[in-house]
Amino acid sequence: MKKNVSALTAAAVLLFAVQLAYAQDKKKDAPAATKPPAEEPFWAKGRPKNDVADKMAPVPAHPVPTAADKLPVAKIKLPPGFKAELWLSGILDARGMREGDKGTVFVSSLFVAGKIYAVVNKGGKREVKTIAEKLFLPNGIEFHKGALYVATPKDITRYDGIEDKLDSPPKPVMVYDKLPGDVPHGWKFIKIGPDGKLYVPVGAPCNICDPSDRYAQIFRMNLDGSGFESVAKGMRNTVGFDWHPKTGELWFGDNQRDWLSEDMPLDELNRVTKPGQHFGFPYCHSGVMTDPQFGWGKDCKDFVKPALTIGAHAAPLGMRFYTGKMFPAKYQNAIFLTRHGPWNRSQKYAADVVAVFIDEKGNAKMEPFLTGLVENNGYLGRPADVLVLKDGSLLVSDDHNGAIYRITYGK
Amino acid sequence: MRGLVFAIALVLSSELPAVEKQAEVCFACHGKGGASTLPLTPSIAGQPAFFVVAQLFLFRDGRRGAAPNPMYDAARNMSDDDLRSWGEYLSTLTPPAPPKSAPNATRFARGRALAAQHNCGTCHNQDYSGREQMPRLANQREDYLLKALRDYKSGARTGYGFASMPEAVAGLRDADLADLAHFLAYFPASRGVKR
Repeated sequence: MKKNVSALTAAAVLLFAVQLAYAQDKKKDAPAATKPPAEEPFWAKGRPKNDVADKMAPVPAHPVPTAADKLPVAKIKLPPGFKAELWLSGILDARGMREGDKGTVFVSSLFVAGKIYAVVNKGGKREVKTIAEKLFLPNGIEFHKGALYVATPKDITRYDGIEDKLDSPPKPVMVYDKLPGDVPHGWKFIKIGPDGKLYVPVGAPCNICDPSDRYAQIFRMNLDGSGFESVAKGMRNTVGFDWHPKTGELWFGDNQRDWLSEDMPLDELNRVTKPGQHFGFPYCHSGVMTDPQFGWGKDCKDFVKPALTIGAHAAPLGMRFYTGKMFPAKYQNAIFLTRHGPWNRSQKYAADVVAVFIDEKGNAKMEPFLTGLVENNGYLGRPADVLVLKDGSLLVSDDHNGAIYRITYGK
Repeated sequence: MRGLVFAIALVLSSELPAVEKQAEVCFACHGKGGASTLPLTPSIAGQPAFFVVAQLFLFRDGRRGAAPNPMYDAARNMSDDDLRSWGEYLSTLTPPAPPKSAPNATRFARGRALAAQHNCGTCHNQDYSGREQMPRLANQREDYLLKALRDYKSGARTGYGFASMPEAVAGLRDADLADLAHFLAYFPASRGVKR
């Protein structure tokens, strides 16, 4: 009994000492206590507690481009009659692509490079010029009437008459500087629509949250930055969209939330048929399941269902409707859509380009197009955008390797 | 400086043995065989190749401080091939040995508990040998580990890509950083080479 009492006393003394030490620490660190507590990086929010999920993180982008002779060109598989060739190597972090009126191919980049490149043809040889650098996640580019538009999470600027000034680019003109600027899902894909307006998405600033009405929508504006308005709501993170050449309807890929499960949710390809539609985020995913946190009291039938689901965590990036003359007729008005390949999934897949065929009623079906870049549960390359060149061939950027491939048919 | 550029230029056209010769330039500061004895200067032996390439890339680009910065000067004229060669070579070197002195048992235990609590081993491996863009921490110099942790905490260093270090250290007190550095510096690592 006596032993127990002394043990109890000892425990009480220890507890007191711990509390005292804690109080002193608190006092010492008083300014720090007002700071937010230890946080995870944005991509880790919502991670379930298990050993497999603990090890999962975004696939790191390579800090240097892969040497030309080590590129996986020979690994690329295509439907019969198509051929892949190396178009350009050594272009670090190559992401978005646009072709200028005079044949310049503009290439954007993201975290690693922070640059905008111009690829020109100099006497049969391709030459890369860096026309802007030290930019903040400059993924979004568009070419229109001689000008290059560049979008970061914060703003959109314009380089006028750029193709004549590649060696001494002009100071960019500010088009719009009121974007929220968040890093999570803040980087952009931008495009000018058939209505002549500039379409700019603002992704959700989180893995999963119910953000204010500045976020999770596709917006559009006049080319001078006026008339900013919402086009589609309930969008988590689109990094690729285009307009159907016949119907003029906007189709957009949407990257769905992480950490829900290995096999859900399924990333989406959506079709906008009228203004003001809501595509579900954060309440309903893939048109079929309510969110475990934000979906209570919601019903998926109140939101626009995806036109096509394209696989769990597949990561749809750049896409383009094909109207070129080189490929077989079945590809006319089909979408070439890049899938970057999942990081938030144990079994890696995709890292490809799929062809999406759309019938008159808007029904969509998907077929593999460019494959072969997944090996040993890892990526040999990761397609990030497509560009239909004037000759009808298709460029595919690979940000993982810092390379661009060209796909041709026949010949 | 000119000598250094020349040395680096040589590396361009050479195979691994030449890299080995040129590595003397690195070892002048980073220690014989890449095991540092210089205050606030990290050991570089046995670091993952990806990590070496990524950090040289950040130095070359001025993202870890432009001139005057010896690593900026060393890296500014390196080609991508140079970066790859250094990554390959340094990753093959035998990692530094644990210090000969005994650790402070209390601080070692506190550091170990903090490392477990903050899941350091999830990314840096349970033996802190590092992988891909995440460095080897085991038996790194204690003063350098503390400097790196403080730099992440102050925002002086942000890391590569989607790095988690700024968030990982955000809630830690300076005393915690010191204990973590102590634990990792004295970690009884296997001396095996991990790439």
